[in-house]
Amino acid sequence: MYTQALNTAEADDRGLEDAAKAVQFQARIDGEERIEPNDWMPAAYRKTLTRQISQHAHSEIVGMLPEGNWITRAPTLRRKAALLAKVQDECGHGLYLYAAAETLGTSREELVDAMLAGKAKYSSIFNYPTLTWADIGTIGWLVDGAAIMNQIPLCRCSYGPYARAMIRVCKEESFHQRQGYEIMLTLCRGSDEQKAMAQDALNRWWWPVLMMFGPPDATSQHSDTSTKWKIKRFSNDELRQKFVDATVPQAQYLGLTIPDPGMIQDADGHWRYSEIDWTEFKQVLAGNGPCNRDRLAARRKAHDEGGWVREAAAAYAAKRAQRRTAQAAE
Amino acid sequence: MNVANIQVSETPLVLYALRRADDALILGHRLSEWCGHAPMLEEDMALSNIALDLLGQARELYSYAAKVEGKDNDEDRFAYLRDVRQYRNLLLVEQPNGDFAQTLVRQFFYSTLADLYWRAMTASSDATLAAIAAKSEKESAYHLRHASEWIIRLGDGTVESHARAQAAIDHLWAFTGEMFAVDEGERALIHADIAIDPGSLRGRWLTTLSGVISEATLELPQTDWMQQGGRSGRHSEHLGHLLSELQSMQRTFPGQTW
Repeated sequence: MYTQALNTAEADDRGLEDAAKAVQFQARIDGEERIEPNDWMPAAYRKTLTRQISQHAHSEIVGMLPEGNWITRAPTLRRKAALLAKVQDECGHGLYLYAAAETLGTSREELVDAMLAGKAKYSSIFNYPTLTWADIGTIGWLVDGAAIMNQIPLCRCSYGPYARAMIRVCKEESFHQRQGYEIMLTLCRGSDEQKAMAQDALNRWWWPVLMMFGPPDATSQHSDTSTKWKIKRFSNDELRQKFVDATVPQAQYLGLTIPDPGMIQDADGHWRYSEIDWTEFKQVLAGNGPCNRDRLAARRKAHDEGGWVREAAAAYAAKRAQRRTAQAAE
Repeated sequence: MNVANIQVSETPLVLYALRRADDALILGHRLSEWCGHAPMLEEDMALSNIALDLLGQARELYSYAAKVEGKDNDEDRFAYLRDVRQYRNLLLVEQPNGDFAQTLVRQFFYSTLADLYWRAMTASSDATLAAIAAKSEKESAYHLRHASEWIIRLGDGTVESHARAQAAIDHLWAFTGEMFAVDEGERALIHADIAIDPGSLRGRWLTTLSGVISEATLELPQTDWMQQGGRSGRHSEHLGHLLSELQSMQRTFPGQTW
């Protein structure tokens, strides 16, 4: 699914690097060349990307939980299969992204351990609960929609493995988004009860989704380096506005009301939204969202209870290797 | 869907398709419970994949049952509007996931037969069942390979994994006998070459099973007592809870389109 714009670039440490190499590196970035795993890169570039890609991977994996919450209760067999396939896709994205992060020199185990220890972040949007079936439609429509807004530019990210991963991920996300919108459309064409369910879900998800794009540009301190390195190509507010402009007509088509009475369309056609409650954002980020504890607990439980399985697989692989060596020696 | 429970005219062929559809749905549902909670991401993927295959098989079989029955039932009415006593799946597939060993042993017992069964069913004189079999046998072959590899890893892995795998085998063995039971209606379908006599597959099933179990340094139980009842709707207590979750939307909001 998606990692939000939490990413802050590491402090510039070029003083410690070979200055000539750094200049060459920046020239490659400026020339829109892709940086590959074995290429020289500044330590801060490596660290920034490791953090961003792993946060993205964690988000995909934690993001399986709110939607997974409805796999066993999907209302029809077609919806059940589509949702299961979707959540499976998210898992695939996670695996793919962990592999991309590993090319920077940190193992999946270390990255996952940091997340389980609460040291690494994942997208705050997954700290909200999925209460009704309409939440599944809304997540596909809005959360995946916001993810696409953010990830399309990442397909041109300067780091090759991340950019390539994003191309594939974006294709699947756009399918998920259409699927989510189709769930909403079905609800909105259904009974009053179903339409109310859809509106209620939009009311609950709208503001958290806008927060997915990260803090406003005015307060965002560290995006300069990421921009210079062509990891980030648009500001948080630019992407947020783009998303809102794309989404408002979709809501109108559904016959749903965006829960922002202050929203107006300006002379240029942009839909201007009201002030976002950043206190809520900070609270959720600080661990006080409705589901932060549940999400981490679920991931830890899966990890802890799966420990003996992973040990068994490793033990068996070691035995097999040993037997092969013994056989070869005979 | 404005009815509590649907009525089903269980002619032998409708019942035959429903039984296999219920097996696939319930086992697929159980596997889908792992999604997001598996011991490693690769298994989240694999178990979801198998669940999706089974769900696909269930949908085709339900649709065929609906067509043969010729009333206004469809895949969703069969899945969502029958109560526990109307479900016709094997007791084996409704057993809770337990630990990873229990899930994989359940899958292993099932897939070992499913692999043989669907391969044999490609020769069914019923064109639809033969077509479903042609697709399902490829899926089942992969399911069996996946489960077998895990049985060997767990059995021949650590002391703990061995103990857990053996406990799962001992626990689930009593649910395997039902897979080979045949009633009057099915007997007629077997005579018409529409269905396969599962008894004819038992020898090969046991050979494959024993081979893997022995490579895994595990043992099959000596007990012969087998539980039965699923095929005629006498289930374990577990199925009712599974259905209350599976059917909750259709039961809460009857008659709506989703």
